Amino acid sequence: MSFLKKMKEKLTGTSESETVSKKFKDGLSKTRTQFTSKVNDLVAKYRKVDEDFFEELEDLLLQADVGVETVMELMDSLRFEVQRKNMKDTAGIQSVISEKLVEIYETGEEELNELLIQDNGLTVILFVGVNGVGKTTSIGKLAHRLKQQGKTVMLAAGDTFRAGAIEQLQVWGDRVGVEVIKQSEGSDPAAVMYDAVRSAKSRGVNVLICDTAGRLQNKVNLMKELQKIHKVLEREVPGAPHEVLLALDATTGQNAMIQAQAFKEATNVTGIVLTKLDGTAKGGIVLAIRNKLHIPVKFVGLGEQMDDLQPFDTEKYVYGLFAEGLEQEEGNDFKN
Amino acid sequence: MAFEGLAERLQGTIQRIKGKGKVSEADVKEMMKEVRFALIEADVNLKVVKEFVKKVSERAVGVDVMKSLTPGQQVIKIVKDELTQLMGGEQSSIQFASKPPTIIMMVGLQGAGKTTTTGKLANIIRKKYNRNPLLVAADIYRPAAIQQLETIGKQLSLPVFSMGIDVSPVEIVRQALEKAKEDHNDVIIIDTAGRLHIDEKLMQELKDITSIKQPDEVFLVVDAMTGQDAVNVAQSFNETVGITGVILTKLDGDTRGGAALSIRSVAGKPIKFVGMGEKMDALESFHPERMASRILGMGDMLSLIEKAQENVDVEKAKELEEKFRTQSFTFDDFIEQMNQVKKMGPLEDIIKMLPGAGKIKGLENAKVDEKQMVRVEAIIYAMTPHEKTTPSIINSSRKKRIAKGSGTSIQDINRLLKQFEDMKKMMKQMSSNMQQQKGKKKMKMPGLDSLFK
Repeated sequence: MSFLKKMKEKLTGTSESETVSKKFKDGLSKTRTQFTSKVNDLVAKYRKVDEDFFEELEDLLLQADVGVETVMELMDSLRFEVQRKNMKDTAGIQSVISEKLVEIYETGEEELNELLIQDNGLTVILFVGVNGVGKTTSIGKLAHRLKQQGKTVMLAAGDTFRAGAIEQLQVWGDRVGVEVIKQSEGSDPAAVMYDAVRSAKSRGVNVLICDTAGRLQNKVNLMKELQKIHKVLEREVPGAPHEVLLALDATTGQNAMIQAQAFKEATNVTGIVLTKLDGTAKGGIVLAIRNKLHIPVKFVGLGEQMDDLQPFDTEKYVYGLFAEGLEQEEGNDFKN
Repeated sequence: MAFEGLAERLQGTIQRIKGKGKVSEADVKEMMKEVRFALIEADVNLKVVKEFVKKVSERAVGVDVMKSLTPGQQVIKIVKDELTQLMGGEQSSIQFASKPPTIIMMVGLQGAGKTTTTGKLANIIRKKYNRNPLLVAADIYRPAAIQQLETIGKQLSLPVFSMGIDVSPVEIVRQALEKAKEDHNDVIIIDTAGRLHIDEKLMQELKDITSIKQPDEVFLVVDAMTGQDAVNVAQSFNETVGITGVILTKLDGDTRGGAALSIRSVAGKPIKFVGMGEKMDALESFHPERMASRILGMGDMLSLIEKAQENVDVEKAKELEEKFRTQSFTFDDFIEQMNQVKKMGPLEDIIKMLPGAGKIKGLENAKVDEKQMVRVEAIIYAMTPHEKTTPSIINSSRKKRIAKGSGTSIQDINRLLKQFEDMKKMMKQMSSNMQQQKGKKKMKMPGLDSLFK
């Protein structure tokens, strides 16, 4: 049985995961149809696994923003695998491709794809990222998600710089029905955090989610400000922030790697929220980021609605990318 | 990280063909492979890269290697020229309507920076073109988008037209046109909501807005960090609403910005402005040649030179050079030097513009802390005139006094004194190097990395 089929069985075994998987598939449908149909075209076009086939596959991956280095690694291991298994024609190559993609993503230490929510006491989640990636929107969605799970949530309006940012978070707070701790525009974000932590503690909420202003990773002073915010949280709650989530725009190209590196250095990022994945961009750079920096993707943003934030699951992600190819492969098996 | 510039990438090939009179087809092929990777790493779309490489290869084969240039430099020059040409063409400014009001519509994906850019653009239109713009808040979807534009309007003292979030954007624009007539605003800038280029309903909305009255300019606002998908975005927006120009935002980051090339070659529309910061005056004209250098990872020497020319006093520079040579450089000169550099903008930006800044020993880790500059300043201001000219007299009791006076520690002062001595040494070495006209010796800059940390 191929890897993908095993995976599908695993995923469709329980009905709950089936709906999640469906949602994920739906959100990724544009990404998937584009990429998968291209892989299928490729398979149909070549039939034989030769250099031309590899070259075109390489192009496909590069166009998904995976990046030169990772693509080269992937191609090398694919070539090796094809040789080892003595695969001459392209039938069944999809499963090898996705297997290798998952492998690239999952090498390194075991990182949790799930959020670390404390059983007792306050959990603090800090959001960081460059301008316009969707931090505030993701916070709104995450707050909704946690509230659905029965947690009490509070938001801290730490973006005191951008015009309208505090109001934006407040609107999300009202929508979701959670309290927003804020000060006026231009106030010290670290002071807002201090206030928020105090309020969160005194009101005994489960989770405090902290918004911060978008900042380009090469602005030294702004990165220092972030470290200060981090320090305040650390001092006020032992072990905080329990999660530092980097919001990353799926449309972003190779600069995302530099972003991840810089924010990791400054604030010890524990996970990525990959936003705007409902467009045509594929966000392939997360493969490289996970591979090089061991930062896992924890959530993906698949739209502008409250429930458009889904947990990231490597297998589902790759399954989503290759679902159609798999169904074809299965159909063939049936005939046999 | 794998983000080397083209020059570094070509190093290997260049070594091999050094001394050859002509660049052969095989040489070009090998070099083009590196060009291809360099461009992909800079986020230029793969298809655009392929076309581009084909074109450049044709030009590069058989080219005589000029005496002044190495074959590698020759290829880089061809690549850069071609890139510049592709992105350049007309340096067109804003197209104003012959009969006011001029309508400008801002479109783009979510988070590209439309609202901020709307403010910056209005600022330029008022300052440079002496017109009277009205900002229109047509983003009824993103929470608080209207408040954001209103705040920006307040900052700039410019009128903002809004009708809340319960009126359709089409109706908002219709009424804004009326309002502009009443108030004699000769330019209207419409801030539309960010939308995915595949969202048919919202793309239709843009079409509906343009059907009220065709805008004179439709600017596609694109994040400079955009990857391969930039072509799809540009193509869709161009096909649906017919963009007239592009504004590239967040270029003050460290992205190579290959999207600029992708968009230009897909949509064929000029890049008119680039966003260089969060302040309202941080919108600049687009310079194709600088962008080409940047995409190729060659540093932005031209911008640096321009900045220096704008801000550095030539007379003072000559004086300073004299002081370097005669070793009479004092702390007063040091402060003056610092002030000149400060006028050129944030130091980190300046360092970034140096070609190969990452390669100079001592500079690769140069992250500049501007606060440290303030501290250095405070220390120097706490010195007596005599101390400033003859730092050697600063003994421990003087150090104590300076530390107290500047609110720093004795260690800080020791560090500065040592760095100052190192710097003097380095300058002596540099100026003697220059006099010998032999820059072959590798320049080392001791302490430069730690000077502002």
